[in-house]
Amino acid sequence: MTTALWYALVGVILLAIGFASLILTPGLLRKIIALNIMSSGTFLILVSLARRSPDPVTQAPDPVPQAMVLTGIVVSVSATAMGLAFLLRYYEATGRLALPEDDLPAAPAPRHEEGPSA
Amino acid sequence: MNHAPVLVVLVPLLAALASLLLPPRLSPWLFGGGLAGVGSLLIPLYQRLLAAGPFRYRIGGWGWPLGIDFYIDGTGFLMLAMTWALLAGIGWYSLAYFRGRPAGAHFWPLLLLVWAALDNLFVTADVFNMYVTLELLGLLSVALIALAGTPEAYAAALRYLLAALGGSMCYLLGVAMIYSVSGTLDWVFLRTVLTEGPGAVMALALVTAGLMLKSAIFPLHFWLPRAHANAPAPVSALLSSLMVKASFYISLRMWLWIFPGVLQVHVAGPLLGLLGAGAILYGSLMALQQTRLKLLIAYSTVAQLGYLFVFFALSMHPEDVTPALQAVVFFALSHAFAKAALFMGAGVVQRTLGHDALDRLAGSAQRLPQTVFAFGVAGVSLIGLPPSGGFVGKYLLIDVAIRERQWFWAVVLAVGGLLAGAYVFKILARAMTEPPAASPAPSLGPSLAASAASSALTGEGAPPPAPAVVASSSLVVEAAASPLGHADSAPPERGLVWSTWTLAMTAFLLGLLALHPLQVIAIGAPGAGPRLPGAEAAQ
Amino acid sequence: MNRQPSLVPSTTGAPAVERTIDPTRGAPRRLPPGADPTGEGRAPSLLVRILTVVGVATFGALLASAIVSLPPTAPGLLHQVREQLPNSGTKSMVTAVLINFRGYDTLLELTVLLIAVLGVFVIRQGSRVVEPPPPSLGPLALEFIRVLAPFLVIFSGYFLWAGGEHPGGAFQAGAILGALGILLRLGGVLLDRAWSERTERLGLTIGVFTFAATGLVGLAGGGTFLTFPPAQASRMILLIEATGTLTIGLILVLLFVGGSLARPSPEKSAATPVAPVFAADAAPAVTPAAAAPATPPAGPAATSPSLPEAEP
Repeated sequence: MTTALWYALVGVILLAIGFASLILTPGLLRKIIALNIMSSGTFLILVSLARRSPDPVTQAPDPVPQAMVLTGIVVSVSATAMGLAFLLRYYEATGRLALPEDDLPAAPAPRHEEGPSA
Repeated sequence: MNHAPVLVVLVPLLAALASLLLPPRLSPWLFGGGLAGVGSLLIPLYQRLLAAGPFRYRIGGWGWPLGIDFYIDGTGFLMLAMTWALLAGIGWYSLAYFRGRPAGAHFWPLLLLVWAALDNLFVTADVFNMYVTLELLGLLSVALIALAGTPEAYAAALRYLLAALGGSMCYLLGVAMIYSVSGTLDWVFLRTVLTEGPGAVMALALVTAGLMLKSAIFPLHFWLPRAHANAPAPVSALLSSLMVKASFYISLRMWLWIFPGVLQVHVAGPLLGLLGAGAILYGSLMALQQTRLKLLIAYSTVAQLGYLFVFFALSMHPEDVTPALQAVVFFALSHAFAKAALFMGAGVVQRTLGHDALDRLAGSAQRLPQTVFAFGVAGVSLIGLPPSGGFVGKYLLIDVAIRERQWFWAVVLAVGGLLAGAYVFKILARAMTEPPAASPAPSLGPSLAASAASSALTGEGAPPPAPAVVASSSLVVEAAASPLGHADSAPPERGLVWSTWTLAMTAFLLGLLALHPLQVIAIGAPGAGPRLPGAEAAQ
Repeated sequence: MNRQPSLVPSTTGAPAVERTIDPTRGAPRRLPPGADPTGEGRAPSLLVRILTVVGVATFGALLASAIVSLPPTAPGLLHQVREQLPNSGTKSMVTAVLINFRGYDTLLELTVLLIAVLGVFVIRQGSRVVEPPPPSLGPLALEFIRVLAPFLVIFSGYFLWAGGEHPGGAFQAGAILGALGILLRLGGVLLDRAWSERTERLGLTIGVFTFAATGLVGLAGGGTFLTFPPAQASRMILLIEATGTLTIGLILVLLFVGGSLARPSPEKSAATPVAPVFAADAAPAVTPAAAAPATPPAGPAATSPSLPEAEP
């Protein structure tokens, strides 16, 4: 067990925590946060796997996974921002912070419309 | 044209940027220009593929393993061509659908970006590049679903966003494992570099799970019906025909090209097949229970995706997987056309009648003859009756199953066809009943298809007295039952109807033109000949 | 005229209710039956919880064992990167991979950011941006931002420049630029309608556009797309990173604001309103500060029976 592997295992734990709360918490904000924890875990796994056999001279790790993580972070930022914007709009429209639990409505869903406040 | 592989991505990408910078009214022109440009690029690609077989294009000139390579083979090319043709149809439809509507200003750049992303997926040989593409497609789908502007659509978009992100995270982890085991990200070479072991098993499991979530394979289909049913009609068509195929395409590369040389994948094949069988049964039964047209079609997508995974059960044993590959790619192709036509038709129905409730479709065959005809024709392809594209795909799949003496899968495929027939006829039966107080309707022919054809031939039929109200004004919100009912609707715009009709006829007649596409799929199929690394012509 | 306005909810441009998020005020007004009171959803049953925890733990254990079983020597691309580094135009291995060897990924990544902004524009069409509280930062903080701003610009430029030799580059520099924009926004300096729509669109696309255009230059030189001749590579990379920094910074600011900061273009506002397909169509332009239409439609409340009434 090298140090890098320990970091990878911490990443796995983070991933599992995020994964479990993604499934278990109904609140959308928490789900988005859970996804961010998951991606942090994933990125930690990636960079620590890259550190397994660093350069013998400079101790530099493999740069390819690092570039992959940078890409992943950007994707994660974009998706989080988009998710939050959507959540805000959804909240404004319905006053809810969770997705409807029930399965699809049998009848055409009545339209929820923002009416001007009385 | 040596650079055609990259230009098919760049042309839509640059057109998308231009559509953001130029006034919105120019966007459809840019899209048209993109169609012309990519269309003229596909021809040299095709000629080169036929002449020299699969080939590589090195982005940045670095080449494997340092850089990102493109790799064009028959399957990839056919997907490119399918994307082009479907987007031509969907673009035509959207032109009428978004005319004069501000949402169009958002729609066209997103559509062009979808196109660039899809083209990129079908040419890239790099599994990490595929991850970036998956994210592009996921976020684009979310934005497109939200174009509907209803709270239901927001909820569906959020649900899809969570599912898509979870799925692509799984995929990314799988890619990380692949890279950790092999040091390579190129799916063409991975077959030779990847080594057996728990790392490879985990990589395959992670990648497959992520992609199954993204392609909504039962029991991970929970996000699909709502997302596809609540989006605007052209977006539904796009999502159901092309987007779900994107992640299936990656699964195909993983299970047929990368891992068979490394793992005993045939052990897991039947498991995927069982999930596919479950999807066929569950999706079809759910489709039968729906009361809304768009939901029915969305559940039909869940069912039809099942066929794509039954393929994995059939493709694992044979020495030569080419016949099975031909069957499944062709099936995906014809399903894409049929499903796009169905959703576009549902959009016409919604726009004209103001709702898509199935039990209020009575009389629509008289009001919308071509659209109902399109439903029938596209339905024929979904059921898999000759001479449709669906027939050829399904026939080839059953043929493989019988030759391999895997009777169970043959039965599953046949039962799926029957169930598809049931829900297609549910639409047609509702649409062809006479309206409660209708003008004299043409008599129903002995067979449904003949009736549909005859009503199509009579043109617009006898439209009921239509007041001088724009058709669209009655349609307040998609997916909503309009209290205005049938009374004040004019015939739908021609562009909507004819684009739907064209795609439906394409799905129907695809079977007659199957021979050549099937040959194209075989180019570069795994096992179609020794294709060791380095054998391909270098760019 | 069959069209009954009372049955057409807000297609004529109902002003969306401007509301800030305040959980304590209880925006959920009338909940559908069986809904949870907080709007946060109900916690899953014990069985589901146990199954999930067991499942996730199993998954984690399998993943961990797979990681542990990996060969101790990673078969990475370290050596290839080192070999080609002199030809890449940068001395930082990560930058070389990011912009040159696997630059195509980065091009698409910039597109991902662009799409996120476009998605926010789409979702914001139907409502006004929830305004951040008016500069709530005190005078001290404002003064601090004033002092900090030029330094942040310099830091950003430094990170951009240093990316050629050390860890750094467009994303880091862009993030600092974005942070500067967020500070200015919070300080009440960066207001709505800060710039024209054309400027904003140009800023959003210039990163991707320059990247692609630079790649096409390599095509003209006889190479493939994104071929950077070693002699010019460092200048090309700097150009890509500089425009990328601008785009990334702008995108991050807009993502934080949650909408466009541009003035509505005259063309858009002059567009003749047609009966919209979607509710979103009826909304005022993308801009957060778009004024609410003067006349609310007649009787939209009657159209939405299931809709909870807004609080008085």
